[in-house]
Amino acid sequence: MNRLRALFLLPAWAFTLLLFLGPLLIIVAYSLRTKGVYGGVGPPWTLENYVRLFDPLYGVILLRSFLMAAVSTLGCLALAFPLAYYIARSGRRKTLLLNLVMLPFWTSFLVRTYAWMFLLRDTGLINSALLAAGLITEPLPLLYNDGAVIVGLIYGYLPFAVLPLYSNLERLDKSLLEAAADLGARPSQTLLHIVLPLTAPGLRAAGVLVFIPCLGAYLTPDLLGGGKSMMIGNLVQNQFTSARDWPFGSALSLALMAIVMFLLWTLLRRDGGEML
Amino acid sequence: MKQRLLPLYVVSVYAFLHVPLLILCAFSFNSSRFTVWESFSLVWYRAMWNDAALAEATWNSLLIALASTVIATAVGTLAAYGLWKKNARLLAGSLYLSLVTPEIITGIALLATFQWAFRYFQLQLGMHTVILAHVTFSIAYVLLVVMVRLRTADPALEEAALDLGATEWQAFRLVTLPMLRPGIAAAALLAFTVSFDDYVITSLVAGVDSETLPMMLYAMARRGANPVVSAISTVILVGLGALILASERLQKS
Repeated sequence: MNRLRALFLLPAWAFTLLLFLGPLLIIVAYSLRTKGVYGGVGPPWTLENYVRLFDPLYGVILLRSFLMAAVSTLGCLALAFPLAYYIARSGRRKTLLLNLVMLPFWTSFLVRTYAWMFLLRDTGLINSALLAAGLITEPLPLLYNDGAVIVGLIYGYLPFAVLPLYSNLERLDKSLLEAAADLGARPSQTLLHIVLPLTAPGLRAAGVLVFIPCLGAYLTPDLLGGGKSMMIGNLVQNQFTSARDWPFGSALSLALMAIVMFLLWTLLRRDGGEML
Repeated sequence: MKQRLLPLYVVSVYAFLHVPLLILCAFSFNSSRFTVWESFSLVWYRAMWNDAALAEATWNSLLIALASTVIATAVGTLAAYGLWKKNARLLAGSLYLSLVTPEIITGIALLATFQWAFRYFQLQLGMHTVILAHVTFSIAYVLLVVMVRLRTADPALEEAALDLGATEWQAFRLVTLPMLRPGIAAAALLAFTVSFDDYVITSLVAGVDSETLPMMLYAMARRGANPVVSAISTVILVGLGALILASERLQKS
């Protein structure tokens, strides 16, 4: 019985080893090498690339990425929690309401990011409308700044926050809320002492699932931040293209990967049973 | 008061999710080049239709998505079946990890690997490298969707088939595979969507002859305001939206 199943795993193993785990190992090796004269990768072996991660020049970008991802995550949670709460108690319309959240997510990420360029740029809809209404005389600088990137990140990853919160809130025992109300708790007290503690696993899952793609974002800061609002992803891309410093780009990628894996590991260790 | 505030909040979140896209689509039908409504027109769709480079990029994207979908669906379905009872935590874990790995890392790692391999083989970046990359990131999506279907499948059916003298292959081919059909179709549609839309990984592993639609759209978006981009965006949203709705329906059936 098991022979056929083992055979069936072979193609997936081949792709995973050759095109996912293998490439990650090559990146590990490159991160320990030195940048060659013509941008290649060569001897000697060194830890220099990891030391450079702490260079203030790059530290600023790393720190900013963390802050932007954190703000975006909080924004997502603030938008997603009431939404998930509402969907979880809307009876037969649940599926429709959930699909309305997921549908734009599965269609093009690039188009969704472009939609914000269309709204925010100097000749974009918001500035055109304000100019036409005579409220401003020259366009407001809405695009190419941290704010635009944060809006784009929240817009891009909101569904990642809605789903875990929804599945958590759906299982919430309604009689507990009624009991709290019967015993004289104000809605705010019920929220603080009953709903939030019971949905902590959902909040943690949502937080991690949004924070990870935000921290590793490339396209959103690239299109909405311009050159001015760089994040780790852009720095990595930059090292592999124009700067042609593959060893340092590799070290950066692995640092990012280590953070992603640490966050996932923490989440799974804490709430693993409830999530699976 | 709270009773009325929550629906209002929910409506605004939905508006936040959908209005930007609706506006983008609406303005693709605007006759003016500027973002001020003038009159209804299909002029940007005509410009899009007559753009030869765009047609070629779309053709490339369709070819890549089709090829990678066929391969990823086959590999992913076999893997899901293999993982059904035989637990291979390392493989499953690696595939799930590939889902959450930032695209830029997957992209540069593949680029480095291809460049390294090309030192030993006389090959270049091109359609084949893009297809290989797309298969790799699509397998995990296929696996997820097919696994959901398998969880509701009854293993006793296969056991019965084996007891009655079917070979392992016959049990798979004639008993389990037919049950999985809607799940496999849903997975294929999802894989197609994910492949057709990918920009980050594609742009890193594409060669000169393999510019895709998202790559072209990205370049046009960077260059500045151009209503043709809105028209392309509308077509992509409607097309991929339809695929996703079909996939959803299949998964629920």
